[in-house]
Amino acid sequence: MLRDITIGQYYPAESVLHKLDPRTKLMATLIYVVSLFVFRGLAGFVAVTVALCLVIWLSKVPVGYMVKGLKAIVVILLITAVFNLFLTPGETIFIVWKFKITYEGLQNAGFMVIRLIYLILGSSVLTLTTTPNQLTDGLEKSMKPLNKIHVPVHEIAMMMSIALRFIPILIEETDKIMKAQLARGADFESGNLLKKAKSMVPLLVPLFVSAFRRANDLAMAMEARCYHGGAGRTKMKPLKYRRLDGAAYIIVFVYFAIVIWLRAA
Amino acid sequence: MKFIEARKLIHEYIRRDEEGNVESILTALDEVDLDVKQGEFVAILGHNGSGKSTLAKHLNVLLRPGGGTLWVDGKDAEDADNLWAIRQNAGMVFQNPDNQIIASVVEEDVAFGPENIGVPTDEIWKRVEKSLKSVGMIQYREHSPNKLSGGQKQRVAIAGVMAMEPKCIILDEPTAMLDPNGRREVLEAVEQLNKEKDVTIILITHYMEEVIYADRVYVMDNGKVVMQGTPRGIFSQVDTLKDYRLDVPQITLLAYELRKEGLQIPEGILTRQELVEAICRLY
Repeated sequence: MLRDITIGQYYPAESVLHKLDPRTKLMATLIYVVSLFVFRGLAGFVAVTVALCLVIWLSKVPVGYMVKGLKAIVVILLITAVFNLFLTPGETIFIVWKFKITYEGLQNAGFMVIRLIYLILGSSVLTLTTTPNQLTDGLEKSMKPLNKIHVPVHEIAMMMSIALRFIPILIEETDKIMKAQLARGADFESGNLLKKAKSMVPLLVPLFVSAFRRANDLAMAMEARCYHGGAGRTKMKPLKYRRLDGAAYIIVFVYFAIVIWLRAA
Repeated sequence: MKFIEARKLIHEYIRRDEEGNVESILTALDEVDLDVKQGEFVAILGHNGSGKSTLAKHLNVLLRPGGGTLWVDGKDAEDADNLWAIRQNAGMVFQNPDNQIIASVVEEDVAFGPENIGVPTDEIWKRVEKSLKSVGMIQYREHSPNKLSGGQKQRVAIAGVMAMEPKCIILDEPTAMLDPNGRREVLEAVEQLNKEKDVTIILITHYMEEVIYADRVYVMDNGKVVMQGTPRGIFSQVDTLKDYRLDVPQITLLAYELRKEGLQIPEGILTRQELVEAICRLY
């Protein structure tokens, strides 16, 4: 069940997007997200759609694989649609019991759902084409200015990459503990929600204990290998901007200018 | 040249209650003397709770001596300024292979140590390649550590230490969680490093079979060094070893029992080959 999550997973392929610097991709994703909330009207909608389709095509990630990630947000989409549909004032089309559906509501709901879908698809292109390590490296480097206001940027990035490394180990461990408890007659399936939650206790307690023990061991192993924070650290794979990144930045900014221009026109 | 010199090394784990009064004191190291020469292969044997892991953590300055003196690579372990220099020269490999691999790609994990000590990028690449080759893991450089076997993971951990180019590697029960195949892989890699690269090895273990190839063996019990000598010398004292709850290798035990029954077999037989030859000589 835990293995089915596709959001945030890396899809290995040989594409232009895979070769881009993670900082470029982070910036581009940010600009794309902003543009999603800036665009207005049909022309703007066409612009964001074309941009998204182009990027997905460039990424060489199968569309079906990407759409699977949307399953996780179906509920959020529904709630957003319903709220927009019923709570936007304007020209009434028809009335259902006490709620009236307006023309503006219909339009708002439609655009909001599209915005959210594009948002998820756009940001999943980022995670699908960037390895977790590159992503944390990119975040660390682009957030570096925050160091001046005492945000522990390096430490946060290190925590993220360690968390990513231990996810599969902890999943495996959960599986093991679950089987061990099942073998001794534990029941994780039956009962109502409260009972199910209660039956998770014998699973979570040993999992936490072992996670703490692992953290302790890992900290010791890191210290034994001379880890002492980000100061004076070099990198095996330092991030370097290349020509491709320059071109990507130009394209992204031109795209953003077009969206703004379409909004004004 | 002496790489490690410990004199009357003491370490106590003190347990305190909420008011800070001492509840109990556990003496993990009790006046331990240890001498290791550069390039030697030393094994430290002991039962659970004998203090051997505590000793290992001192050699890498993960723990500070509570008394006595400890010199590693000519530097005083009590001086905080020497901390990183000692850790760089006395690398450490731990028991659980999963809990000491930091990165999610093999080569990046090997690079972790050199990155920490500020080695330039080009040099890191060279070191990673060299150390992965030295443990025979170069073909796995781009794999995820999660997909490797226990023995392979442990070899990656050794490569990670090797990439810092230490003079000495301390292995704290590196094979305790491995199957027999993994155990053999790791020990072969360790022996090769000792012979070919002249790296000082300190192997801490409770498997007697693993210490046969060591130059010298220390036996610990209750925080004290109770025996020391060559593997042959140690294993000829089967009864003493049994008192310290240690098992003698099966071949040595068989030779010992045969000798007790009156056969003319020399003391301290370590390998099957030796026993076969000794028995053949009888008839």
